[in-house]
Amino acid sequence: MTKRTHDIRRYPGFLPMTILCLTLLYAPLIVVTIYSFNSSNSITNWEGLSLRWYVDVFTGPEAEKFKRAAWNSFTIALIAATTATTIATLAATGMIRAGQFKLRTLSFGLISLPLMVPEIVTAVATLIFFNSIGFVRGYTTILLAHIAFCIPFAYMPISARMQGVEDTYEQAALDLYASKRQAFTKILLPLMMPGIISGFLLAFIISLDDFIITNFVKGAGVETLPTAIFGAVKQGIKPNIMAISTMLLAVSIIMVTISYFISKSDNKT
Amino acid sequence: MAAGAASGGSARSDTYKEARTWLLMPSWIVLSLLVLAPVVMMLIYSFLTKEFRGGVIWEFSTAAYDQFFCSRGLFGDEPCSIEWTYIQIFWRSIWQAAAATLLSLVIGFPTAYFIATRPEKIRPLWVFLITIPYWVNLLIRTVSMKFVLRDQGPLNDFLMATGLIDDPLRIVNTNFAVQLGLFYSYLPFMVLPIYASVERYNFSMSEAAADLYASKWTTLRRILLPAVKPGVIAGCILVFVPSLGSFLAPDLLGGAKNFMIGSLIEEQFKGNAGNWPFGAAAAMILLSMVLVILMILARQQARAQKGAEA
Repeated sequence: MTKRTHDIRRYPGFLPMTILCLTLLYAPLIVVTIYSFNSSNSITNWEGLSLRWYVDVFTGPEAEKFKRAAWNSFTIALIAATTATTIATLAATGMIRAGQFKLRTLSFGLISLPLMVPEIVTAVATLIFFNSIGFVRGYTTILLAHIAFCIPFAYMPISARMQGVEDTYEQAALDLYASKRQAFTKILLPLMMPGIISGFLLAFIISLDDFIITNFVKGAGVETLPTAIFGAVKQGIKPNIMAISTMLLAVSIIMVTISYFISKSDNKT
Repeated sequence: MAAGAASGGSARSDTYKEARTWLLMPSWIVLSLLVLAPVVMMLIYSFLTKEFRGGVIWEFSTAAYDQFFCSRGLFGDEPCSIEWTYIQIFWRSIWQAAAATLLSLVIGFPTAYFIATRPEKIRPLWVFLITIPYWVNLLIRTVSMKFVLRDQGPLNDFLMATGLIDDPLRIVNTNFAVQLGLFYSYLPFMVLPIYASVERYNFSMSEAAADLYASKWTTLRRILLPAVKPGVIAGCILVFVPSLGSFLAPDLLGGAKNFMIGSLIEEQFKGNAGNWPFGAAAAMILLSMVLVILMILARQQARAQKGAEA
C-alpha cells in the first residue's frame, strides 16, 4: 500500500521543476557573492580572488556615505523592531488572552492593514500625511513609518505562539495568589519568548530591507543602506555595491536562520 | 482554520480581560495614525489642486481624476474623450503582473507539490529553503537579477561559452525581464499556500481514481487540482497583488519602455515635474483595485470554508 501511494504521488517533471525553481532563486545571489570577491575594476571580467572591494567599502571614497547609511539603517531597524515587537506583544495579549469582544475583527483588520495596502500606496499616503501636518522629513519620519509597517510582521509569529501556549500555567500562578501583572510578566512573557524573538527578527529584517516607503519619507540628505544602494545602482552596478550587497545578504540569511532554529527547537518541546 | 486565521483566530482565554483596552491601545493609535489616517489624507489630496514644484493648494478639484480618464485636446477645452495613456499603463501593469503570476504558478505548483510529498520531517527544511531568498533585501535580489541577465552578464557568457548562442541575448529592458524580476520577488507567496493545501490533501482520493483506471494526469486534473484550488487561487492573488504596484523590478529591469503603475506614481512625487494630486489619485485607483481583488478572495475563502464544513 505504501509503495503504491508513493507511485501515485509522483509526477514526472516535478523534480526538475523544483530544481529549476531553486536555481532561479539562488543562482543570482550566488553569482553576485562570487563576483564581490573579484579583484577586477570591471564587473564583467574575472581577474582572481580578492577582498579588495570589501576594503573599499570601509575605507574607499564612498566609505563615509555608506557608514552613515548603515548606521541609520541599523538604528532605525533596532528601534522600529523593538517598538513594533512591544506593541505587537501587547496587542496579541489583548487579542488572544482577553476574551471575545466586539471590535476584535476590526482590530485584527487594523493590524494586518499594512500587509493589504500595496507598499507604494502606503509610501505615498505616509509622505502626504507628514506633509499635511507640516512634519519635516528626515530620520524621525522614516522611523515612524517603519514602526507602523513592522507591527504585522512582529505580530504574526507572536500571535501564533500565543495560540499555542496553554493558559493553565497562568491559571496555576493566579491560583497561588500571583497578581495578573505577575502572571503576565513572570509566566506568560517567558513562555512567549521564542515567538517574541522571531517576531523581533522578522521586523528587524523587514525594516532593514525596506526601500520604497523609506525612499518616499526620507528627507534630503538622510539615506538608509537600500536608498544609498539604489542611488549608486542608478549610475551602474559597481563592484563595491556587490560587496555591500553580499554583506547585507549574509546578515539577512543569518537572522532568518536563527529565527528558523528558534521556532524549530520550540516545536520540539 | 483558514477562516479562523482570517479573523485572527479565537481568543484562548480571558485572563487579561480588564486590561484589554490598554493592551490594544498602542496598536490602535500607531496604526490609525500612521496607516489609516494617511490613506484618508491621500484620498483628500487626490481631490485638491496641484501646486507646481510639488505639494497642493487647498482647493477642491477633480482635475487629477479628469487628467487620468479624460483627454481634452491640446488646449484642454474640448469635451472629455477617453484618455488612454494612463489606462494603458495600468493595463500593462495588470498584464505584466498576470504573466508573472502565471510564471510563478507554472514553476511554483510543481515545487509546492514536490515539497508537500517529501517525508514529513524534512518538509520544514524545504519550505525554509524556498523562503530564505524572500528575506533577502528585495533591492539586492533585483540588482542581482539584473547583474546576471545583462548583455555582458554571466548568463550570456555561459550561453556563449557553451555555444548555444552566438550573440548575447538582450533580456534586460524587456517585458520578460520584468516578469522574471516579479517572479523572483514574490515566488514564496505562490508556493506556501499551495504547499499548505497539498499537505492537507487526502491522497486516498488519488488512489481511488487510479483504481478506477484514471491516468495520472487525469487524476491531477480532475481530482487533485479541484481539491487544492483554494490554495492555488490564494497563491495567485498573493503574487498578483504586490506585482501590480511593484516599483523596483519594472524600474531596474524594465527600463523606460516598460513603465508600470509604481513608476507612474513615484514620478509624481519626485522633482519638479511632480503632480501630487494626480499621484494620489493614481494610488487611490490602485488601492481600490487591490481592495476589490482582496474582497473577492475573502468571499471565495469563506465559501470554500462553508463547503468544507458541509
